[in-house]
Amino acid sequence: MRCTFAVLVENQPGVLTRVAGLFGRRGFNIKSLAVGVTQDPLLSRMTIVVDGDEAVLEQVQKQLGKLINILKVSVLEEDAAIGRELALVRVHAPPAQRAAIMQVADIFRAKIVDVARRSMVIEVTGDEDKVSAMVELLREFGIIEVVRTGKIAMARGSKQTTGGMRCGESAVRSGRRFESPEEFACGGVRLREPGKRAVAESEG
Amino acid sequence: MTGGEALWKSLMDHGVGVVFGYPGGAVLSAYDVLPRALRHVLVRHEQAAAMAADGYSRATGRLGVCVATSGPGALNLLSGLANAFMDSVPLLAVTGQVPTAQLGRDAFQETDIFGTTMPLTKHNYLVSRIDELPRALNEAIYIAQAGRKGPVLVDLPSDVLQAEVPEKVDAAPRLPGYRPRRDGHPPQIARGAEVLASAERPMLLVGGGAKWSGAAPLVMRLLEKANIPVASTLMGLGVVPASHPLYLGMIGMHGTVAANTAVQECDALLALGVRFGDRVTGKRDSFTPLSQVIQVDVDPAEIGKNIPVHIPIVGDISRVLETLIPLVPRKKNQRWVDRVTSMEEPVGDGVGVEAIRSLGRITGEMARRDKLILVTDVGQHQMWVAQHYPFYHPRTMITSGGLGIMGYGLPAAIGAQIACPEKTVVLVTGDGSLQMNVQEMATAIQEGLPIKIVLLDNKSLGLVLQLQDLYCNGNRVAVSIEGPDWVALAGAYGFKAWRANGPGDLEDGLSALFAEKGPALLHCAISAEEKVLPAVPPGEPLTHMIKEWRGGDGR
Repeated sequence: MRCTFAVLVENQPGVLTRVAGLFGRRGFNIKSLAVGVTQDPLLSRMTIVVDGDEAVLEQVQKQLGKLINILKVSVLEEDAAIGRELALVRVHAPPAQRAAIMQVADIFRAKIVDVARRSMVIEVTGDEDKVSAMVELLREFGIIEVVRTGKIAMARGSKQTTGGMRCGESAVRSGRRFESPEEFACGGVRLREPGKRAVAESEG
Repeated sequence: MTGGEALWKSLMDHGVGVVFGYPGGAVLSAYDVLPRALRHVLVRHEQAAAMAADGYSRATGRLGVCVATSGPGALNLLSGLANAFMDSVPLLAVTGQVPTAQLGRDAFQETDIFGTTMPLTKHNYLVSRIDELPRALNEAIYIAQAGRKGPVLVDLPSDVLQAEVPEKVDAAPRLPGYRPRRDGHPPQIARGAEVLASAERPMLLVGGGAKWSGAAPLVMRLLEKANIPVASTLMGLGVVPASHPLYLGMIGMHGTVAANTAVQECDALLALGVRFGDRVTGKRDSFTPLSQVIQVDVDPAEIGKNIPVHIPIVGDISRVLETLIPLVPRKKNQRWVDRVTSMEEPVGDGVGVEAIRSLGRITGEMARRDKLILVTDVGQHQMWVAQHYPFYHPRTMITSGGLGIMGYGLPAAIGAQIACPEKTVVLVTGDGSLQMNVQEMATAIQEGLPIKIVLLDNKSLGLVLQLQDLYCNGNRVAVSIEGPDWVALAGAYGFKAWRANGPGDLEDGLSALFAEKGPALLHCAISAEEKVLPAVPPGEPLTHMIKEWRGGDGR
C-alpha cells in the first residue's frame, strides 16, 4: 500500500535528518521525499511517499507526530490531492531525430530546455505515471540521463493541505478527521463486536 | 552573564541541585563559572555521569543532569542516554562542543554529537548562537519532563559558553509541534470501564508509565474496588506492593507462572503504561489471545505498536484512572482471582536465589517503610531480584530494563544515594556487571556515599551462559571470567568488604553489611550452574515456560 504524507515542519537545521533517521531506524520504506519552504518562512513542508501495510503507515504517522519539530502530519488521498513530479531527461538527439522527440514532448506538454549538437534536455512535470510514461517513450531515442524530483502534493478544493488538520487529528487511511485523539492514536482502529480484534479499514 | 553562567543559572532556576559530570577542554569556560551552590559530582567515566543522573532521576522522579566535554566525553554518554531513552527517564545531557568557527573542520575532540544522539534522545539541540541558548535550555528541560519523559541533549560550542547573553532575549519555549495530551478521552474511558465491567476474567498490568505518572495510590484504589488480579512488568515493580493479595508478580520471559498464565487466560487486560516489549509478550501473535486490550499510555505511538489494541486511551495514567475508577463497578471475580492467585511457582534454589531471599528477610522492614532503594545491574542477579525481592513502593527498584545495560548498577546507585541520602541504597550486582564500571567505587568514596553492594560472583557471564546452556546445547563460549580478588579490590577503593563463605554465611554477612555505616561490599560466591527460572525461550508464547533445569542430558 502506498501513502502520501504532507508533513508541516519547523524550518530548522536537522529536521530532515530527524525524519530520514526515523525512517531508517524503524525500517520504514521511503518511496520519495521532497521538501521546501512554505508561505511562512518559519515552516517547511515535506511530502513523503511511503510504502507499507496499514500497521506500518499508522506507525509512520504516529512516530512522525512525536518528533518535536513536526507540527502536523496529514494524509493526502490520491483522488483528493494534486500530486506532481518533475523530471529532466537528457536524450540522444541527432538532427534527424529532433522532430520526433519534440513531437513526443509536445504530447506530454513537456518543454525542451536545452539543445546541444547531438542531445537535448526535456523538462516534464506531472504525476508519477505521466512522467514515467514519457521517460519510457523517450527510451527508444536513447536516454543519456534522467533526474527526477520526489513527489510534491497539495489537497484539492479550498481546504488547506495541512491547514485545518493538526497532527493528531488527521487519519492515515481516509484523510477524514478523527472524532477523538484516541481514535487517532490507534489510527482509526475502533472497537468492534466484543471478542473480536478490531481491524482497521483498508485504504479506499 | 556568559553562556556558561546562563547554563548553570537556568538549571538552578529549574530546581536542579546536583549535576554529574566530567570536565574537559570544550566545557572549560562553563566549569570556570560553576556556582558553589550547585553540587557537582565528579565521576570517573562519562558513562557513569549519564547513568548516575539516570539513577538520581529514577529514585526521585526529578530531572537528572549530566555534563561532559566534546568528542570523547560526549560519546561516552551515549549508552547512558540510550538507556534513559528506552526506559523513559527525564535526563538533561549538556555537552561542550568545539567553537562554532571550527565546526565541521574535524577539530580536536570534535564529534557530531547532534547527529549521533538523534536516535538516542527524545530531542536534542546544537546551540550555534548565544541568543538561542536561554530558549534552548528552557525547552530542553521542559521536553525532558513533559508527556512521556526522556533524555534531551544540549550541545554547546565553547564560544557560545563564553559569549555574553544579550540583555533582552526571549527565553520562553516555542514548541508549536509539541503538545502532550494529559486527559484521556472520556467516552473511551467509559468504554474501557464497560469492558472491565462485563469481563469475567479481568486483569491489570502495570508498567513503568504507571510509576512515572505517580499512579500507585490510584492503582491501589482500582484494585480494591474492582478486585482485579494484577501483574507488573520489570519497570513497574513496586507500583503494587508484593504483599498485596491480588498481586501475581512479574510478567514475561522470567515472569511468574501466575502472571504469565493469567495474561494468556484473561478476557480483559487493562495495561497502564506498558509498551509490550518482546520480553513482556513473548511471541506477539499468541500474547493474551482471549482478551479485549485496554491500553492507557501518554504516548499515542505506543498504542497498537506491538500488539493490537481494542480500546486505546491516550493520557496521563493518573488522570485517566481518576476518571475510570468511579465508572468501574465493584466486583468479586472470585473464582478467577482464586485460580490465578493460587498457582504453584517453581521454588528456585541455589545460592543466588537464596541470597536475594535473605536480603529480603533482612531488609524487608526497611523496604516496607520505604527506607530502602534497591539498584541492580543486568543479568541473572537482576532477574532473581525482580522475582524474589519484595518491593512495596514505587521508585524503590532501579534497574535497566529496555536496554539491559551492564555496568548501570554502581553509577545508578550513586545517583540514587545522592538523591536520597536518608535511605539505604543497596546494589545487587554480578561480577560481570560490576567490572564494567568498577571505577565508580572511587566516586562513591569521594562523595562519602554509604552504598551497600551485594556481589553475586559466579566467575562467569551467567545469563549468557544460561542462554548457551538452554538454547545452544550447552556450548559455553566466551562466558568464563576470572575476576580480581573482589574483597581486596573493594578494600583498595575504600569499601569495607567481606566474603560470605557458603549459603550458611549469607545472613550473617548481610547483617554485617547493613550494620556498617559506610560503603561496604559483601562478596557471595555462587555456582555458574544456577539458572533463572522460569524462562520462556525467546520468540515462544508465554505458556512455554521452562520451569525446571537439571542440566546436561537431564533437561
